[in-house]
Amino acid sequence: MAGSGTAHLRDTDDVLVRVEHMVVEFPISGGTVHAVSDVSFDLVEGETLGIVGESGCGKSTTARAAIQLPKPTSGSVWFKGQDITKLSNEEMRKIRPEFQMIFQDPISSLNPRRTVNEIISEGLRVWGENDSWTLDTIDELMEAVGIDPRYGERKPHQFSGGQCQRISIARALVLDPKVIICDEPVSALDVSVQAQILNLLEDMKERYGVSLMFISHDLSVVKNISDRVMVMYMGKTCEVAGSDQLFEAPTHHYTRALMAAIPGADVAVDDQMLEGELPSAINPPAGCRFNSRCPAATDECRSVEPQIREVGDGHFVACHHPVLA
Amino acid sequence: MLRVTDLAVDFSTPAGNLRAVDGVTIDLAEGETFAIVGESGSGKSVFARTMINLLAGNGTRTGSIEIGGRNIDGLSKGEAKHFFGVDVSMVFQDPMTSLNPVKRVDAQLTEAMRYHLKVSKSEAKDRAIALLKQVHIPSPEQRMRQYPHELSGGMRQRVVIAMALACEPRLLIADEPTTALDVTVQKSILDLLDELRVERKMSMILITHDLGVARGRADRIGVMYAGRLMEVGKTSDLFSDMRHPYTQALLQSIPNPALRSHSRLQPIPGRPPNLLDPPQGCAFAARCRHAQQDCLNSKPVLDGDGVRQDGHQWACFHPVGTPDGDAALAANLEAGENAAGLPMKEIVGELV
Repeated sequence: MAGSGTAHLRDTDDVLVRVEHMVVEFPISGGTVHAVSDVSFDLVEGETLGIVGESGCGKSTTARAAIQLPKPTSGSVWFKGQDITKLSNEEMRKIRPEFQMIFQDPISSLNPRRTVNEIISEGLRVWGENDSWTLDTIDELMEAVGIDPRYGERKPHQFSGGQCQRISIARALVLDPKVIICDEPVSALDVSVQAQILNLLEDMKERYGVSLMFISHDLSVVKNISDRVMVMYMGKTCEVAGSDQLFEAPTHHYTRALMAAIPGADVAVDDQMLEGELPSAINPPAGCRFNSRCPAATDECRSVEPQIREVGDGHFVACHHPVLA
Repeated sequence: MLRVTDLAVDFSTPAGNLRAVDGVTIDLAEGETFAIVGESGSGKSVFARTMINLLAGNGTRTGSIEIGGRNIDGLSKGEAKHFFGVDVSMVFQDPMTSLNPVKRVDAQLTEAMRYHLKVSKSEAKDRAIALLKQVHIPSPEQRMRQYPHELSGGMRQRVVIAMALACEPRLLIADEPTTALDVTVQKSILDLLDELRVERKMSMILITHDLGVARGRADRIGVMYAGRLMEVGKTSDLFSDMRHPYTQALLQSIPNPALRSHSRLQPIPGRPPNLLDPPQGCAFAARCRHAQQDCLNSKPVLDGDGVRQDGHQWACFHPVGTPDGDAALAANLEAGENAAGLPMKEIVGELV
């Protein structure tokens, strides 16, 4: 697997973001890092797209490049009928409020010298008040995310990690965004707090009608929160399917390896897939990028890159030899 | 192999005395894996470090620790030097910070062997290569000459494990050995530890916050909360027949991959107690759905029910799955709050 193609993109009216053939490369001395290579995906309104993969597979870069941070090397990103990769900086700045982010480390992603009120309302000070929130209704938003508004004058260090993550969520919501990128938002939290934050994200999504791109290496978490999941390996898409569908019948060998690695999982796979080291992203393997670790790899896999194709209703895979039930 | 009796660790801090570990008693047989599960701040890492005599300067320990039949307080200074790191050794959480960034792998691997076992340079080197092979590092001769930054996270953790095994310990303490790693790498590291444990008849204490990891790897599990063991039992008992409401709440709060997506999660309400000002009764009472007045007044002791002989013990007055526990829960639901004033209605929405 680990191929390219656009067969999995949808053509319905409610598609909010449509990313086509996105490539992100970083020049370094002595070569180029191929972080994201021809990845396409879309996000419909009110949907949560989970992106999973091992560290270094390009999942964060994919989500960030979609909102032009950094601008992709090539490819297009459609949002509200325009290709935002073609926008001038000023035009891009104007639609920035539509995209917000929540980061992994709740404490270091908040300015330690600002009060919670200042942190949450900063967007409003820059962009002016909007339909949902004014500087006077910030308290309501704080209540919605479960922070007592009386603590508005406190600073981040006076809060626990879980509370800081709630503050980050309020900050992301204040500009009425369409899309929130959640980059490992619960990885640094204890399980009991993780559950609170995941529930809160679900509630907020419902209440304020946002779509989420949810990046995580924890498959159980991704399954729980996502409608659709994209599995990535070395800057390529492996498999895209509905969350339940993907977990019931993973077809890509790499997806199966990831699932087998969940402690207590009952999917058994060849250990070779788990043992192998990631190939270099500066000089990725030809053909399917997973071929060096895949037990089913053939000569075809080593020379021809698989294209994404449909193997079930809404279930797409980029593999020459998928595991089909 | 290991017998810890009534261990308590106190830290004196500017804000007062902090009891990080409180009355922990465990036994560990040869070749057994005992997992300690808990959230951050539960005292599990302090416990681990105490086993290897690595307490911060402001810490004091009471209670006894016997390793391989020897009480560690009875060791002379000279003996202790060649006991910790030899008979007992430890794998730390973060492989980047537990390796020295400016020394090559070979220097770090051979240092302990040269010092503790007094072997020659060339023998230490041969042993180091054999160790790297054992932890499944390909082309160990080349890896020996590399610096930690040239290795991936999984490789570094393998080197750390090789270092811990260098002097053939009888007890290995692994403090969150895979937390910083990807799931695939995590699996191979845990497989490796299992394999080495069986091969060398080594006992292992596995400290983790991940119940899934503990479930797959441990023979027995101890659940720690606010410095105390809440429940101890065989892994299967703990997961299918848990007695402590905290164990139950912890299990219910993790997303279960067997459930459909968007299944509502069941978080534990509230926060752990402040250990500088610990509650008089059970530390979990304020967050517990079973809590009654007696839970607030006195601390339950870790004990079985007097009938079972399988070592399953819990520290709870109103345990899950007993008529008494069910009655306590029903009474709290009726009253709308538990004895500590935690509203039950809210949690019912979350927990059912």
